[in-house]
Amino acid sequence: MGILIDLFLAFAKMGAVTFGGGYAMLPILQKTVVEDRHWATEEELLDYYAIGQCTPGIIAVNTATFIGYKNKGILGGIVATLGLIFPSIVIIGIIAAFLKNFADLAVVQHAFAGIRVCVGVLILNAVLKLWKGAVKGKITAAIVVLSCAVSAFTDVSSVAMVVAAGVLGFLFAGKIEKAESGKKSSEKGAEK
Amino acid sequence: MPMLLVLYIEFFKVGLFAVGGGLATLPFLYDMAAKYTWLTTAMIGDMIAISESTPGAMGVNMATYVGFQNSGIIGCIVATLGLVSPSIIVIILIANVLDKFKESRVVKNIFYMLRPIATGLIAAAGLSVIVLAVFNTSFADFSVSGFSIKAVILFAAILVFTRKTKFHPIVAIAISGVIGVVFGF
Repeated sequence: MGILIDLFLAFAKMGAVTFGGGYAMLPILQKTVVEDRHWATEEELLDYYAIGQCTPGIIAVNTATFIGYKNKGILGGIVATLGLIFPSIVIIGIIAAFLKNFADLAVVQHAFAGIRVCVGVLILNAVLKLWKGAVKGKITAAIVVLSCAVSAFTDVSSVAMVVAAGVLGFLFAGKIEKAESGKKSSEKGAEK
Repeated sequence: MPMLLVLYIEFFKVGLFAVGGGLATLPFLYDMAAKYTWLTTAMIGDMIAISESTPGAMGVNMATYVGFQNSGIIGCIVATLGLVSPSIIVIILIANVLDKFKESRVVKNIFYMLRPIATGLIAAAGLSVIVLAVFNTSFADFSVSGFSIKAVILFAAILVFTRKTKFHPIVAIAISGVIGVVFGF
């Protein structure tokens, strides 16, 4: 029961302070889920994001379900998700009921212009941490840079990119891993 | 059909078919606006503005907003639950399968490639936020006319603050919001 309450509260807190969607939530997830509570590792979090990207639904919800499920089964998945959406229901309910012009208020716009700068920094910090988990050599480093450029400058959908990466991984990751790990390749061969 | 059931089913469909995050839900909402009188395209515009300027996942905020306009607080809850139901089902199924095959070579290989791609996608999202914050524009129609030196200074200050101290990121977010108001960003 304790862990369920903890899951609900931790995700409610994250839902209440995440501005700008799933990607903006990542730095806070890293801090809370990986560093403070040890509910998942850096690599697992990245895996959940990749899966959340190409499965139906909101990325933040998918990630919450994953982490909840991993720690407390189906009930954990449901509770973490309910925690995440709880602040939205409260806050949007209040705004929709009382503050019709909320988004047009000058004070809101100024606050958000400031928060956007901060979210940019936080995502940058998050990417630097993720780099360590994802990049094992020159090839994987090139893939990070390339996928960032494709996503920023073209209309290729991220779903297509994740699916293509999965297929490439299925076909070639063994060889790339061998090339990147250098000396260890002989051990890997023995493992098989 | 009772209104709440319609809300639940419509948002269940959005949650099931919108792949790739909050903005992917938009086309479905426009379809809904064409189909029902209780949702208009003007409301969708308001909804985007509010979803972007309130905390929480965008898709969830949109569902909450539409649900509220439709049937008040209970509509909020029903629409949001409809939206997240497919995620919970699909992710639990996937997590279950992954647990079983975690040690398989094939799964490890797939993730070996997924991790760099996911990192790249997140980096791109971060870049677009930074471009919006500093130049007040997007990659698609980039121009330097909206350049803000205040934003650059705040960016540098927050970067140092978050890397040199151990404060929770929430603290940095709160400080930035206050600075945004005080200095008129």
